[in-house]
Amino acid sequence: MKEREKPDFWQKDLVQGRDLRELTTLNLGPTHPATHGIFQNVLTLDGEIILDTEQTIGYIHRAFEKIAERRPFYQITTLTDRMNYCSAPINNMGWHMTVEKLLGIELPKRVEYMRVIIMELARISDHVICNTIIGQDAGATTPFLYVYQWRERIYEVYEEICGARLTTNMGRIGGWERNFSDIVWKKIRAIVKEMPAGLKEFEKMLVRNRIFMDRTIDCGPLPADRALAYGFTGPNLRACGVDYDVRVADPYCSYQDFNFIVPIGQNGDTYDRFMVREQEMWESLSIIQQAMDKLDAMSDKTTFRADVPEWLLPPKEEVYNEMEALIWHFKIVMGETDIPVGEVYHCVEGGNGELGFYLVSDGGRTPFRLHLRRPCFIYYQAFPEMIKGGMLSDAILTMSSLNVIAGELDA
Amino acid sequence: MIATAIFLLVLFVITLSVAAYSTYGERKVAAFLQDRIGPNRAGPFGILQPLADGTKMFMKEDFVPLHANKKLFLLGPAIAMITALLTGVVIPWGGTLTVFGTTINLQGADPEIGILYVFAMVSIGVYGIMLGGWASNNKFALLGAVRAASQMVSYELGMGLSIVALVMLTGTLSLSGIVDYQIAHGWGIIQQPLGFLLFLVCAFAETNRAPFDMPECETELVGGYHTEFSSMRLGFYLFAEYTNMFISSAVITTLYFGGYHVPGLASLGLDPNVAAIIGVAAMFAKTFFFIFFFMWVRWSVPRFRFDQLMNLGWKKLIPLGILNILLTGGIHYLFNH
Repeated sequence: MKEREKPDFWQKDLVQGRDLRELTTLNLGPTHPATHGIFQNVLTLDGEIILDTEQTIGYIHRAFEKIAERRPFYQITTLTDRMNYCSAPINNMGWHMTVEKLLGIELPKRVEYMRVIIMELARISDHVICNTIIGQDAGATTPFLYVYQWRERIYEVYEEICGARLTTNMGRIGGWERNFSDIVWKKIRAIVKEMPAGLKEFEKMLVRNRIFMDRTIDCGPLPADRALAYGFTGPNLRACGVDYDVRVADPYCSYQDFNFIVPIGQNGDTYDRFMVREQEMWESLSIIQQAMDKLDAMSDKTTFRADVPEWLLPPKEEVYNEMEALIWHFKIVMGETDIPVGEVYHCVEGGNGELGFYLVSDGGRTPFRLHLRRPCFIYYQAFPEMIKGGMLSDAILTMSSLNVIAGELDA
Repeated sequence: MIATAIFLLVLFVITLSVAAYSTYGERKVAAFLQDRIGPNRAGPFGILQPLADGTKMFMKEDFVPLHANKKLFLLGPAIAMITALLTGVVIPWGGTLTVFGTTINLQGADPEIGILYVFAMVSIGVYGIMLGGWASNNKFALLGAVRAASQMVSYELGMGLSIVALVMLTGTLSLSGIVDYQIAHGWGIIQQPLGFLLFLVCAFAETNRAPFDMPECETELVGGYHTEFSSMRLGFYLFAEYTNMFISSAVITTLYFGGYHVPGLASLGLDPNVAAIIGVAAMFAKTFFFIFFFMWVRWSVPRFRFDQLMNLGWKKLIPLGILNILLTGGIHYLFNH
């Protein structure tokens, strides 16, 4: 870790020893175009150099943890959508896996591979957003539009699976709501086949671009020990050189079956964060390809969920026409199925880091307590340390490279 | 006299419409570079878009913030616009045209110090930005104005040095004189490749175009110096930027690409009027190419950070400019003595 050169702020009157600086207070946010969400930074500036900063959060705090205490499990899925909305399916499935862990449900391999495919697609869309926004904030609009269409293609897959695009509410406890249609497979195959060309084009525009490198290298660095002390996870921690990835450290959803590299950086600066995310997109594409190959090799083409009828919503056709099905539907939706007493913690590698769900159940229809470990909340604490001594432009890039999503930060 | 007045009026209209259509062009070029379609709703291919934009600008409320310095706030956009429009007067757009026995010189005015006039106008133009940003009483606008002022001052030096070498070569400060020299001795780009490069980079900075658009970069400073401006006052700032881009392209063409000169045209023995018109067309074609180049660069590269911009200006461009002067002087001495 290179020691950062800090300019000498202290301009003193040599005779009387007075501080000659004229400081400005600048409100960066809550409605600044570069905050990409609603949070405030009160910067103390000397010219353009940031001396101090204080953050205010909570502008879109919706008390998800408290709301969850009054909601049956299926209704909590919709809350998870609204945390990191750039990769909503990972949140949905993380929550479903937590409940499955509590209920002790084992999933068939096919279902898990299907989940892996969708989670990796979500990771790609998350990283696409973050990396293009870094470019956008550095002033390069074109790369942003080059790869944003891939996010659109991924959203089309979501739409085909569950009908929604952003807040997906995708999947069910124990698997999926229905088997993937042929169109879904076709679209996924097309993405895996065609995206590398687009991604390469994007990398050509930025990765070795002199201006972009000058802007991002040594911009908002954080040493590994400080990152660990803050509780960093995910790409932001890996950019500091720590190879912690939940998919490898504590495999869930059959991630142990896949062969992939965990990319790491060195300095933990904006360029490293950018490159780690860039590399992870390639790895995600490879994981999706592997999962498709594994699914193709399976003779089973129909299983889409575990055998847990008490969590399976009956088809609408039956709900409308048969009384048993209607009762069953009502009981599931209202949370009248049996739930064991217990507490579980489950974490997934979200688009942004370790997304954890700590669920305490007292056997009632709703959680007794649910804590959401939201990586963005943790990253944002480190923001002042990362930008102090830098320039205003650095602060903007650092914020976009941390990929702080207001919805997840405030929950 | 009347001929000159008419010519100036025509020039004025052309400058304004080129600036207006540069906004349309910019959006189409951006769309072309980004796999998009661009404006296509107002009229066929969206060619009425600038009119729609202008109308919208005029219809908006003309808002002056309560704590702004009202006089300066109103003066800012006016200065920016006026200086941008005045620069075009000294540029030789073509040779001479003879209509009904009257000879019209296709250059509004040909002062001996044409280049200095261009510089003076550009320098005054920065007051428009500075006053506007400072008078808004907004911190983002102030930061933008400060950036603009220091950027302009720094890059004017580099630009001036690159011109000095050219002037040493041509021996005149008059723009038509420089064009005449290029017609006789070959284009400036061939004789001053390094100078051209320096001038081009500085021109980007002087017009506040990406990658030097620090004064108004929306991701850091919201709108930079024009954050508080609305209605046609904002329109004037944006318009002034496009006008500056047009004029800069014309100046680049004049100084380094032979202005209205078309190689080999004189040997064809055409009617002088036809030749002059072809010359004007060539001038505009070269200018439009540079306008396109400005846009091409804007949509291809990220922007610098402010200190990096200063480093580039002071530590790289100015030494290179001095080197260029020494080289030019040395070569000139060796060959001509």
